[in-house]
Amino acid sequence: MVHVSATPVLALRGVSKRFGAVQALTDVELEVHAGEVVALVGDNGAGKSTLVKTIAGVHPIDEGVIEWDGKAVSINRPHDAQNLGIATVYQDLALCDNIDVVGNLYLGREVRKYGVLDEVEMERRSRELLDQLSIRIPSVRIPIASLSGGQRQTVAIARSMLGEPKLVILDEPTAALGVEQTAQVLDLVERLRERGHAVILISHNMADVKAVADKVAVLRLGRNNGVFEVKSTSQEEIISAITGATDNAVTRRAARTSGEIKK
Amino acid sequence: MSIDKTSTPPEDHVVENPEAAAGAATVVDPRLLVREQGFAGYITEFKRKIKAGDLGSIPVVIGLVIIWIIFQSLNSNFLSANNLSDISVAMVGTGMIAVGIVFVLLLGEIDLSVGSVSGVAGASFAVLNVNHGMSEWLAFVLAILTGTVAGAIHGFVFAKIGVPAFAVTLAGLLFWNGFMLQILGSNGTINLNSDGMVAKLTTYYFSDVAASYGLAIAVTALFFLSSYFGNKRREAAGVPSRPVSETILRTVLLAIVAFAVAIVYNQYKGLPLAVVIFVGVLLVTDFILRRTPYGRKIFALGGSVEASRRAGINVEMVRISVFAISGTFAAVGGLFIASKIASANQGAGGGDLLMNAIAAAVIGGTSLFGGRGRTWNALLGVLVIVSIQYGLALQGIASPVQYMITGGVLLATVVIDAITRKTQKTAGRA
Repeated sequence: MVHVSATPVLALRGVSKRFGAVQALTDVELEVHAGEVVALVGDNGAGKSTLVKTIAGVHPIDEGVIEWDGKAVSINRPHDAQNLGIATVYQDLALCDNIDVVGNLYLGREVRKYGVLDEVEMERRSRELLDQLSIRIPSVRIPIASLSGGQRQTVAIARSMLGEPKLVILDEPTAALGVEQTAQVLDLVERLRERGHAVILISHNMADVKAVADKVAVLRLGRNNGVFEVKSTSQEEIISAITGATDNAVTRRAARTSGEIKK
Repeated sequence: MSIDKTSTPPEDHVVENPEAAAGAATVVDPRLLVREQGFAGYITEFKRKIKAGDLGSIPVVIGLVIIWIIFQSLNSNFLSANNLSDISVAMVGTGMIAVGIVFVLLLGEIDLSVGSVSGVAGASFAVLNVNHGMSEWLAFVLAILTGTVAGAIHGFVFAKIGVPAFAVTLAGLLFWNGFMLQILGSNGTINLNSDGMVAKLTTYYFSDVAASYGLAIAVTALFFLSSYFGNKRREAAGVPSRPVSETILRTVLLAIVAFAVAIVYNQYKGLPLAVVIFVGVLLVTDFILRRTPYGRKIFALGGSVEASRRAGINVEMVRISVFAISGTFAAVGGLFIASKIASANQGAGGGDLLMNAIAAAVIGGTSLFGGRGRTWNALLGVLVIVSIQYGLALQGIASPVQYMITGGVLLATVVIDAITRKTQKTAGRA
C-alpha cells in the first residue's frame, strides 16, 4: 500500500457511508496510481458497489476524505466526478435503448456547433474511437436495443473513454460475456493501462483479476481487508481475505475432502 | 467462465488491430449493416425496415388515405377545396395541444390537464382583453404564460416531489377547469372581438396566390438544400451518406405534397394563417427535439432515466421544462380554439378535447412507452381525427358514432404499435 514513487491519482482516506441503519462502508482506504489496474474484490454485500458509487458521485460520502492528485476534493454529484476525470462503467451499463450508438457514446457531452448537435462530427469520432478499440458493431446508427450484451458492454466502455478520463471504474465488466468477448474486454483494460489511465476493476472472477490487475484490494463487510500485489499472492490468500478468515467454507471443504482421503 | 488472458493468441490480436484501424470500409464483418450505394441500396434498406417492423408513419398515412377515400365515396364534397381548407384550420387547435403531448409522451409520461389548461388560456385572454381592456398583445402573451406556469407547476410537483404525473395532471385537470369557470364569472360566455388578433388566427387567409406557392417552394427548397449540404458534409467527413438520387426522390415527394396542398388552398380562400403558424411550430419543435442537446436529453429520459442521470443530465429540470412546454402548447391550442368559436365559454377545454389531443399524438405514431416519436406525428394524427369528424358531419352523423369510430381508429393504432414493438423485438430492433 505504500507507494513512494508518485502521488496516487485517487486516494480514499477513512471513507464511511451509512444508509439509514446500515453502515455500508467503515474507514475504507484505497489508493490508485496512474497506469495501474486495481482490482476491487469482496463477497456480495461487501460494499464494492457502494464504494464505487461514492467515487462516482452517486452517493456522497458521510465521513473521510477523497484525494485527487494529492488534493482533497468533494464529490457530491456525478458531474463532479466527471469533471475531475473519473469515468464509470456500471454493471447495468446505463445506456439508453432507444438512442443509437453515436447518441449513447456522446450522451451528456454532445459535440455542438452553433449550439446545435454536430451529428457528423460525433459519428466520425465514434467510428474512429470504435476502430481504435477494435470494437465491431453492426452500425453506429442503430439503437442500442439492437445490440448483443457483449456489444453493449464494449460500447459502454468505449463511452467511458471519450472524456479522456484519468481514472476508469469498471463494475463487473465481464460478468455476462462470452469467452471471446471477455478476452476482448480484458485486452481493452490492458490498453487502458498502457495509455496511462488508472483503472479500478470490480470483479468476482479471480481468473480475470489475476490476468489483468496489478493490485487487489479486498473489502469485507464494508471494511478494508488487505491489499495484495497480484504477482506475489496466491488465489487462496485472496479468497481467504474475501471470506474473512483462513478458516472458511473453501478451506474447510478442502480440509474435509483431504481428510476423507486419509481415512 | 474463467478466462486466462493468455488464451488469446497474441498473433491474432496484433493482426486484428491495424486492420480495423485502416478503416471500416476495408474490413467488412458479414453481419454489418452496410448500406449499398445508389438507389438499389435505398430499396433494400426500405425492405429491411419493413421486415423489421420499423414502419414509422406508413400505417397512419395509409389509414388517412383510406379514410379520405371512404368519405369521398360517400360524399363528393369531402375532398373539395372548401372542406379540406376548413379541416386544416379546424385541426390546428387540437394539433397544437397534441404537439405538447408528444413532448410529454417522449418522456414516457402523460399530461391529463392540457384540456383544462387550454380553456384557462382562452378565458384569461377574454377576461384580460375584453373585460379589462388590456392590449391584445399583452393579454395574448399573458394567456400563453398562464399555460406555461400551470405546466411548470405540474412538472415541479412531479419532478421534485415525485407524485406520478398521472395524478398531478388529473388534479390539474379539475383545478384548472374550476379556475376557468371562476374567472369567467357568472355570465359564462365572453365574446371576442371578431376583428381582433386572436380571431384573426383562424380567420385570416393569405389570399394572394403567390403566398401558397411561395411557401411550398420555400419548404421544398429548404428541405433540399439542408439534405444536400448535410450529405456533402457527411461525405467530406467520410461517414455514410445518402446518395443524391435519394435526396432528389425525397424532395420530389415533398414537392408533390406541398404543391398539392398549395393548389387546394388557392382554390378556396388562400393560405390559412393558422396552418402557416402550425407548420412553423412543427418545424421548430422537430428541430429542437432532433438537433439540439435539449431534445437529446428528452429522448434520453424516455429511454432510461437512470442512464440520463448518470450522464449528468439534470433530470428534474428537463421534466419540469417538458411539462411547461406541454402547458404552453395547451394554452396556444386553447387560443386557436377560442379563435375558432370567437368566444371563451364554460365548455371550453372540456368534452373530447383532451382525449383527441392524446389520441392524435398516439395515432400519429408517438409511442406511449416513451423515447419514440416526432412532433410531425401530431399533424398526421390530428388530420386523421378531424377528417373523421368532418366526414361524419358531412353525412349528418352525430357525435356518438364519431366517438366510436375515433375510438376504433385509436385502438387500431395502438394495436399496430404493440405489434410493431413485438416484431422489432424479435428482429432485435425494439
